[in-house]
Amino acid sequence: MSDVIDFFLDPTHWVGDTGIPNRLVEHLIISGLAILAATIIAVPIGLYIGHTNRGAGFAINLANIGRAVPSYAMMVIPLPFTLALAPILGYDPTFGLNFLPIFLAMTFLAIPPLLVSTYAGLRSVDRDLIEAGRGMGLRERQILGRIELPLASSIIVGGFRTATLQVIATATIGAILSGGGLGRFIFDGLNQGLAGRASIYAGAILVAALAIGVDAVLALVQRRLTPRGLRKPRGARAYVPNQAAEVAPGGGGLPST
Amino acid sequence: MIEGQPLIDFGWIAGHFDSIVQRIVQHLQLTILPLVIGIVISLILAVWAVRQPRAYGPVTAITGLLYTIPSLAAFAALRPIFGLSLLTALIPLTTYTLLILFRSFAAGFSAVPAEILEAAEGMGYTRRQRLLRVELPLAVPLMIAGVRLASVTTIGLATIAAVLGDTFGGLGQLITEGIQNFFPTKYLLGAALSVVLAFAADYLFVRFERLVTPWARARAGGR
Repeated sequence: MSDVIDFFLDPTHWVGDTGIPNRLVEHLIISGLAILAATIIAVPIGLYIGHTNRGAGFAINLANIGRAVPSYAMMVIPLPFTLALAPILGYDPTFGLNFLPIFLAMTFLAIPPLLVSTYAGLRSVDRDLIEAGRGMGLRERQILGRIELPLASSIIVGGFRTATLQVIATATIGAILSGGGLGRFIFDGLNQGLAGRASIYAGAILVAALAIGVDAVLALVQRRLTPRGLRKPRGARAYVPNQAAEVAPGGGGLPST
Repeated sequence: MIEGQPLIDFGWIAGHFDSIVQRIVQHLQLTILPLVIGIVISLILAVWAVRQPRAYGPVTAITGLLYTIPSLAAFAALRPIFGLSLLTALIPLTTYTLLILFRSFAAGFSAVPAEILEAAEGMGYTRRQRLLRVELPLAVPLMIAGVRLASVTTIGLATIAAVLGDTFGGLGQLITEGIQNFFPTKYLLGAALSVVLAFAADYLFVRFERLVTPWARARAGGR
């Protein structure tokens, strides 16, 4: 354990390209970009499917496919193409070796939980409330924005938490493809044999702390976004990790198929 | 990729058929063992949580925390402790199943209507008989949904166990070796087989669920 503390106390581990701050930034950038891309793709589709209930079968199938594809496999499948396209599109081959396939895999894996939670969140809204909104003369867009979205926000953020955890974990695996990020401390440590022990532990601690920290922040956001009337009165305050990994009939909080 | 090399070298696949099959068998071992251990542990925890509802929160919190630890970190952290023994791969693979399995098992038990439990009591069932003959069969659909998700997750995570080295092998080893040698056939094959395995497991459990819950099919109008 003392060698892990020494690892953190060593000032050379806090500077430069291979230092902890830079690896953390790399990890956050690729994760953030993937989550952003996935949100831009998944949330509008989820809102459409949830509001109209058209294409629900598509959402369920997509969720099952997304869950079934192993992340490591997802990362290497685009590899031949991202490498081959480098000279054609004119980007750096290194970018095609590590950033692009990892980013694509992360985005692909983050779409199903986001889409499904958006859909499931909207479907969870009491039909009577929507009818009441219609009766009050609200337009469809107003119903979506003023009734469905606020009531569904907690479930949507739940899916966002699942997606974020998955993306942070996948970014760690990206180290195998010599990507940046905190996974490098682990992977480089593994390649150094016994001497790499401290690096492995330090990396594991950093990644776990990042995942749990981000999840705790999102848990707070989730609570804040829940309309006051829907909040659980007491006991719900305690941080519950990964509440979003719902296991419901048919999986993913969806109606059984 | 080396210039002029085909994307998929079918000759290589044919020539290495036996070792590929061996990788698949290794992968199945890495999947089935953690699943079975995870099911046993989760079943005990779920039965406990049904009887002691206060236990549900802490069990979910702990299994959820274990689930939050990224897999590469978990494998790497255990290697210095257990060395290259099977435990290093099995422990994280098992702990990752717990959250999914425990939740689905507990949900399955609590989905049994109270009237049915009372009816069983009225018929003179003991607690154990009620658990085995009434609660367990009725909880099966939700339980299988959990096992299905856990199996698919474990197949994916088992590919990452390959970073520990060739001791555990599995399809992740094909991917890792393929990348190290710039040999697309090998890593694409490893990736494709792991995807196929995951889909096959998913399909198998869907069929299994239909098989053991004939009443659900009858209710849905013979679907």
